[in-house]
Amino acid sequence: MFERIKHMLIKEFIQVFRDPKMRGIIFVMPVLQVLVFGYAVTLDVKNIATAVYDLDNSVASRELVARFERSGYFDIIEHIHSEERARELLDRGEASAVIQMNRGFGDALRAGRTAELQLIVDGTDSNTAGVVLDYSTKITKELSQKVLITRFTRVKGSFEKPGRVELETRAWFNDNLESRNFYVPGVIAIVVMLITLMLTSMAVVREKEIGTIEQMMVTPITPAEFILGKTLPFALIGFADVVLVTVVGVFWFGVPIQGSLLLLFFATALYLMTTLGIGLLISTVSGTQQQAMMSAFFFYFPAVLLSGFMFPIANMPEAIQWLTYLNPLRYFLVVVRGIFLKGVGPEILWPEMLALAALGLALLWLAASRFRKTLA
Amino acid sequence: MKPFRVLAIARKESIHILRDPRSLGMAIAIPMLLLLLFGYALSLDVDNVPTVVWDQSASHESREFISRFDGSRYFSIIGHVHSYPEVEREIDSGQALVALVIPTDFAGRIEAGRPAPVQAIVDGSDPNTATIAMGYLDVVAFSYSQDVALREIRRATGQVVDPPVDLRARAWFNADLESKNYIIPGLIAVIMMVIAALLTSLTIAREWEQGTMEQLIATPVRGNELILGKLLPYFAIGMIDVALAVLMGEFLFDVPLRGSVALLFAMAAIFLAGALSLGMVISILTRGQLLASQLAMVLTFLPSFLLSGFMYAIANMPVPIQAITHLVPASYFVTMLKGIYLKGVGLQILAMEAILLVAFGLTLVLLANRKFRKKLV
Repeated sequence: MFERIKHMLIKEFIQVFRDPKMRGIIFVMPVLQVLVFGYAVTLDVKNIATAVYDLDNSVASRELVARFERSGYFDIIEHIHSEERARELLDRGEASAVIQMNRGFGDALRAGRTAELQLIVDGTDSNTAGVVLDYSTKITKELSQKVLITRFTRVKGSFEKPGRVELETRAWFNDNLESRNFYVPGVIAIVVMLITLMLTSMAVVREKEIGTIEQMMVTPITPAEFILGKTLPFALIGFADVVLVTVVGVFWFGVPIQGSLLLLFFATALYLMTTLGIGLLISTVSGTQQQAMMSAFFFYFPAVLLSGFMFPIANMPEAIQWLTYLNPLRYFLVVVRGIFLKGVGPEILWPEMLALAALGLALLWLAASRFRKTLA
Repeated sequence: MKPFRVLAIARKESIHILRDPRSLGMAIAIPMLLLLLFGYALSLDVDNVPTVVWDQSASHESREFISRFDGSRYFSIIGHVHSYPEVEREIDSGQALVALVIPTDFAGRIEAGRPAPVQAIVDGSDPNTATIAMGYLDVVAFSYSQDVALREIRRATGQVVDPPVDLRARAWFNADLESKNYIIPGLIAVIMMVIAALLTSLTIAREWEQGTMEQLIATPVRGNELILGKLLPYFAIGMIDVALAVLMGEFLFDVPLRGSVALLFAMAAIFLAGALSLGMVISILTRGQLLASQLAMVLTFLPSFLLSGFMYAIANMPVPIQAITHLVPASYFVTMLKGIYLKGVGLQILAMEAILLVAFGLTLVLLANRKFRKKLV
């Protein structure tokens, strides 16, 4: 039995690695993905291109503009003198925010009336716009607070101040709030899923499509051995990719790895059971490589999008949240991020690992029983 | 080039496509699935951040402070804790994303006019959510402090005081800042790239792999006729997908379409021709279906998803990466789609993008024709 599986393994490896381009894909694609996610994928908002339309041009209005500039978030790109120019800049996307202060801003502030600050943001990118609004609110409130304190001291005598809350915020697990620390460990999960899913499903179907599966069936190999032979090599490739992505993440991007590597590999093994199981299932329902590929993507897209990799699960509608419990990626992401960022161990991650094991066994069993029928 | 030979190839390819209804069905279903997911299920908006409170002060003031968090739609207080280990456990397990620790002397300090330090611990593992939550925390704290100051001044002077500066913010183009209005237009570009990646990348590779290419070579059909004939049916599928996406955006998701529909479809056709030709070039170069599909993923889908500005704004990326995005044709199309949809602008503003898209389309159509050799080996 082991002899036959060994030969099957050798045959699969020869087939996968025969084409140098394929070798490249298997090892270059993961690295590319880590690089893209490490460098490009960020929702941090900085250097917001801002135009200033200052109709007041007083000490107070200039001070407010200076506050925006000093905050480090806003880049004042132009002082404009008409509404049309504002429209043009926003239309062209050259500015994403326009600060406008009407005549009388400074006078109102001095007289103790409310001075109004107008802000127009480009809402096209709702995420960036939300953050811009947030920063602006903060800056205006700060100025408000300063003015109030001056007024307060004027009324009450020189040393007294009103009470205030001083927020000391600390971010745990990711002190500098680096996007890459969040995304790079997640790439492990999506790369492994894509590679193993595609390789398994297409490898089996290719034999069907070209007709070599009949040659396989006349050999003494049993269905169980055939399944093992078709999954083990891709599991090994999956492991190699995990190591590759981890090495690039840790040594190139300096992503911290707080938890145990051993636990990561063990969880990967559980996770691979689920992805290989799905790959095999797809191969049993597909007749051609094209069908296999389309089916793989039909599963892959929702699996990635509904995993919490990019979009928090808590933001999804409740019905969809329930659906995510069937998604192995969801559990593996919690495990990977837990190990990398939080350094937690099995005492916290056991429910996710258990879910992975259960899903993996169920999927493999389902695939194997269907597989036997399609072979027979 | 003879039109009847192009049509004959197109007919042959259509029969191939129709014979496999499942692949065709998925070529329509995958885009719709993506649209539904992005339209209904996925959102980057942060609200109802689960928050725990450790209120050591347990005073009227501290309760008022906490009620401001409960009252905002950004936070939802899920529980009270009474020690640091408890805080740690809630954050470690992901039950809570924010923990507020209010000191014992909170009320006294507020009354005495001294700063009252409140600790906010935020789970930073998801930096996007964390940054936004921290921004909201600041805003709530500032509002509270401002109200305390206003109250004190009123008490001292006996007159009602208004807040000194008021921010009146308006968002143009997408007044309610709905993320679906931002995502759906750009998604059209991604969908077209997916179609190109999934469908065309296989078509020539399959002929080689199954040996039917030899039969095609034996016919009088020319290289460019073969390429064009094979592109036509996929072009039709792609345009159906675009039409479906536009219709769904209009009737299902109420995404405002403010610009010219004709311009939208014209640019979509040009972009699609380029994307399909890219898939074709991949198929010609690889000659194997597995490899072709993997390569198509790397070259078409990933860049158009991540580097086009579809979801992650290009302006926020590091400068070298911004330079790379100029090489991603989808980035021009995404800019155009958002401009046409949300801003309602036309060619006078989008001219540069349009020219580059036409250049992309032409280059790849020509490249596909050049690269294809009607020869064995």
